[in-house]
Amino acid sequence: MKLASRHVLDLETMPAEDMKNILDTAESMKEILGRSIKKVPTLRGKSLCTLFYEPSTRTRASFELAAKYMSADSISIATATSSIKKGETLLDTARTIEAMGVDMIIMRHPVSGSSHFLSRHVKGAVINAGDGMHAHPTQGLLDMFTMRQHLGRLEGLKVTIVGDALHSRVARSNMWGLIKMGAQVCMAAPSTLLPLDLGDLDVKVYDRLEPALEGADVVNVLRLQLERQKRGLFPSAREYSQFYGVNQERLKLASPDVLVMHPGPMNRGVEISTEVADAPMSTIDEQVTNGVAVRMALLYLLLGGADE
Amino acid sequence: MRLQQKATIMDGDGMRRALTRIAHEILEKNRGVGNLALVGIRRRGVPLAHRLAKRLAEIEQVQVPVGILDITLYRDDLTTRTDQPIVQKTEVPFDLRGKRIVLVDDVLYTGRTIRAALDALIDLGRPEMIQLAVLIDRGHRELPIRADYVGKNVPTAKRENVSVRLEEVDETDDAVVIEEIIQENG
Amino acid sequence: MRRLLIKGGRVLDPAENVDAVLDVLVEDDRVSAVGVDLSAEAEVLDASGLLVCPGFIDMHVHLRDPGEEYKEDMASGTRAAARGGFTAIACMPNTQPVIDNRALVEALLRKTQNMGCVRVYPICALSKGQKGEELAELADMRQAGAVAASDDGHPVQNGQLMRLALDYLRPFDMPVINHAEDKSLTEGAVMHEGSVSTLLGLRGMPAEAEELMVARDLMLARLTGGRLHIPHVSTKGAVELIAAYKSQGFKVTCEVAPHHLLLTDKIVRETWYDTNTKVNPPLRSLEHVEALHQAIKEGVIDAIASDHAPHHQDDKLVEYDYAAFGISGLETSVGLMARRLVHEGSLSWADLIRLYSLHPARILNVEGGSLAQGVRADITIIAPELEGTVTAQAFASKGRNTPFEGWKFKGAPWGTVVGGDVVMWEGRLTGGNKVT
Repeated sequence: MKLASRHVLDLETMPAEDMKNILDTAESMKEILGRSIKKVPTLRGKSLCTLFYEPSTRTRASFELAAKYMSADSISIATATSSIKKGETLLDTARTIEAMGVDMIIMRHPVSGSSHFLSRHVKGAVINAGDGMHAHPTQGLLDMFTMRQHLGRLEGLKVTIVGDALHSRVARSNMWGLIKMGAQVCMAAPSTLLPLDLGDLDVKVYDRLEPALEGADVVNVLRLQLERQKRGLFPSAREYSQFYGVNQERLKLASPDVLVMHPGPMNRGVEISTEVADAPMSTIDEQVTNGVAVRMALLYLLLGGADE
Repeated sequence: MRLQQKATIMDGDGMRRALTRIAHEILEKNRGVGNLALVGIRRRGVPLAHRLAKRLAEIEQVQVPVGILDITLYRDDLTTRTDQPIVQKTEVPFDLRGKRIVLVDDVLYTGRTIRAALDALIDLGRPEMIQLAVLIDRGHRELPIRADYVGKNVPTAKRENVSVRLEEVDETDDAVVIEEIIQENG
Repeated sequence: MRRLLIKGGRVLDPAENVDAVLDVLVEDDRVSAVGVDLSAEAEVLDASGLLVCPGFIDMHVHLRDPGEEYKEDMASGTRAAARGGFTAIACMPNTQPVIDNRALVEALLRKTQNMGCVRVYPICALSKGQKGEELAELADMRQAGAVAASDDGHPVQNGQLMRLALDYLRPFDMPVINHAEDKSLTEGAVMHEGSVSTLLGLRGMPAEAEELMVARDLMLARLTGGRLHIPHVSTKGAVELIAAYKSQGFKVTCEVAPHHLLLTDKIVRETWYDTNTKVNPPLRSLEHVEALHQAIKEGVIDAIASDHAPHHQDDKLVEYDYAAFGISGLETSVGLMARRLVHEGSLSWADLIRLYSLHPARILNVEGGSLAQGVRADITIIAPELEGTVTAQAFASKGRNTPFEGWKFKGAPWGTVVGGDVVMWEGRLTGGNKVT
């Protein structure tokens, strides 16, 4: 079953049935990750390029491993090692990559909307690996995959996103994905880090942590970008931790079987306490494994079929 | 394209007898069930493998392990098909090393599915031996592959389709029917 | 003597309260007679079914000349104006170099005479180099022909400088035009702040960033008695403030740009970050757009000006944050506004002519805005029912950056007469480019 679009740009534009298809396919892919020979020949002869205008460890490694496990060839271009520094435009860079015969570009970029822009000007597929504050669809999918694996469903879950939702592409992709899949989404942060207005998006917004945690099935903790402190959006990491840090005491408010998630990398002792991060209810390492499975599923669904 | 039913070549009783015979042949050839495991190819190979395991258990009083193989990721036609097949889970909950594996499928035709299944199996481990059991062999091989156990050999034309219907999958009575493929113009 | 007879059009001259089918006779560069069934040995333009109006003036244009001629230059920019039905434009000084001394004003006017096909009124920089520090030689530039002072492109942040400019220019009766934006509230912002910017993850400019500066500038105008003109008003709060000051009798004027009347911030999401929607002030949310329409109806808005900001595709075919702000607006302004405000709105043609001709002439203190006998023959002729589609490829402007591609217009410029020269007719440039 083909996806509605040949690109994966955000979860806002992705139909719910496509998300379900991706999550189902990822279940099958996860089995491959448990084998001693973690490789299938499916995408032999396909090639992709990770084009990263922002530093990243896990997302990029995850995509590259997913490609290798599926037998696709991958190359990578990062800001520090290419002509990006010389001021080449995004479109020129992308055209150069395509001219080398690459079937897919996986891009991370600091400007919101860049992958939408890129997708309008290339022949191949584009996967958004994070664009500015806008979207990080593969993170949203792997978070949903992890929730579904543990709790068996997404519909009706109460998912609380804690932290800098205003500047977070992870938060936006979680919101769109979860709402489309029938979950209830809450958000808690200092009011200076909360979105002003979410329009029609049905998200309950709290400026205190405690009421948002009440009865939560999942608590997804966002990384606190410490540079926001320099811009004066909160006074100190210490105060943030004191009022908005997720710790064991506060988690007593949540459902007894609560899952605690974090997209990484963590600031231990700031947005999440070490006790919580390392507790059995934490799925932080598993999210990384699931990230590979979800990305394998996407590669299969986008590169596997014949062109129309 | 549509399919028009032509003839029923095997009914439920026929299928039961064929599977019983295959079970006996497997036991004879392998001198018992030691080291034996069955692996069904999705979809209709899976219930057939379970039925064979049941027969073997009835005869030998030993439960033979059954695995499930999804060969989608090993197909050689992925980049030419526009109706992208859905990938399902492979579930082989036992170590293949040193095992005698009997692959089970419903219809043997070009041999391409079996080629993919052999690759998929070998990626999971190194069995001592792989044998092939099919309910129907309809000919027209495109690869040098043959079955060790065959329920029924059925000569067919290429414009015909052999359809195996199983209770577990199709929610109908067991049967094997031949259908004519009718190309519709326009 | 050159004679031009514009026959049988509906002459609409709100300044003289004229609305009748009349002939207009032009001798050399002046209107010599307006009357019934005039005859003369003259070149004749058949204007039956057309509106004959005092020349339209777009008082907010970025000509990019000198310095960024790859985006627009004197020739292409004035041709775009002629095609858009404008007999005159006022051009902003944020060029390279900035128009901040007499020699540069004179050079610009000379270039206009050589290459321009409509009249060009220079707006000079308010501060030296538009740096927002010291006043430029404003009186000198006024004398050389500058019609207003503005640091457009670089909003004046320093209240004292703004006060000084208004105060200093009062005796010269020269308006100060200040792009109203408190830049401390708009750092890194690329669109209107609201639900759309939040969902798109783009940094937003709150309406208050504009309103705070409008409030400051109004207060300083009141303090000094200077003439303030507020360009491209885009928010509800801003028009409310302006209306309050106007109702108290203060001399303040303002303009609105067509895109702020026609588009909301939703277009950025609907087009998935099309950089042709990136403009400053940004496209606002519906409540603001509705307030602007109300303000037009109530006469709070004095003029429509396009804020024509042509850009090369290299400046637009990039990531949203990196793209230049601005819309190429000269050639879509009249057609889209006629459709929206007259055909689909409640304005009369006379109202529209006030916004495009009479008021801009008064604000800039230049000749125009009327077709009375003896005035300079700057005439805009409109085909009031003509319908068509915006096609950027057909622009005379080098800037093809428009969010209106494919939009329908109704009522379009048909002829542009500048000082008696027909520079555009039947929607096509004639090649005439003599401005005297």
